[in-house]
Amino acid sequence: MPHDYAHHSHDHSHEGLSPSGHPYRADNDEPLSYWQTMEIAMRELLIEKGETTAAEISAQIDLMDARSPANGAAVVARAWVDPAFKARLLANAADASREMGFDIGALQLIAVENTADTHNVIVCTLCSCYPRNLLGLPPDWYKSRAYRSRLVKTPRAVLREFGLDLPEGTTVRVHDSTADMRYIVLPAQPAGTDEMTAAELAELVTRDSMIGTGVPRSPVSQPE
Amino acid sequence: MADPERVRVKTMMPPGHVRTPAYLRGKTGWIERRLGSFGNPEELAYGRKDDTRELLRVRFSMAEIWGDAAERPTDTLDAEIFAHWLEPAEDAPHAP
Repeated sequence: MPHDYAHHSHDHSHEGLSPSGHPYRADNDEPLSYWQTMEIAMRELLIEKGETTAAEISAQIDLMDARSPANGAAVVARAWVDPAFKARLLANAADASREMGFDIGALQLIAVENTADTHNVIVCTLCSCYPRNLLGLPPDWYKSRAYRSRLVKTPRAVLREFGLDLPEGTTVRVHDSTADMRYIVLPAQPAGTDEMTAAELAELVTRDSMIGTGVPRSPVSQPE
Repeated sequence: MADPERVRVKTMMPPGHVRTPAYLRGKTGWIERRLGSFGNPEELAYGRKDDTRELLRVRFSMAEIWGDAAERPTDTLDAEIFAHWLEPAEDAPHAP
């Protein structure tokens, strides 16, 4: 037995468990899927024919990995402190993000504003459309069938599971990214933050608050 | 302010790469905003790039989409729908 410790007096089996008592995950040894094979074949052909290079592909992956919700948080915080910027953001969120220096490519972005009586939340029922060029890669649950199918039918129940219990009088507006637009929620500024700088405010803006499955952190609940 | 323009999503079920969700087909909403012209995904999927169509954001009430099963009838859902999927629905009841 690899871990036949004296203090293990109970009689259940520890076969297949790590020393810390967790099951080992099976090695990821299954064969490539059809589409994985096709992706590799296409990528190698494009490199062979000189259409792109391995270095260019790596650079694109690095660029995507460098994007994070902090970019969106900076945009949101700026909108809170700068009413003219907020107006530009609501008119054309892509241009407003570019104005702040974010390289978002051809992204078409719409900002939807949460108010005292309206809460917005984003989904893509058809696939996994997400403002990746601004916020980086989406969370895994955003791509799940459960989130995509349930949010459009029972958004309030789904939001409660995220810990967000909306007031009775609030209207929920769900936005299904079905075509060329991507969406970012402009959350409401937390109370008691009027004296904070944009940089301080950005720390309160979570990824989920820009999807609409959460709200910004409150400054009083910030960890020390 | 004038009443928003009412539209109904066509109920057609063509094969191919279609970006009109099935749960909205046959449903009536109102135009939230017009987005301009974009490549038609039904053609782009096959490498044909010169077919552009007007894209609109259409707002539906949850009551319209889910009927009695709606969680909150006056909540709304917005989706982008290409113009060739929409027909006028001026006879439909007004939005909540």
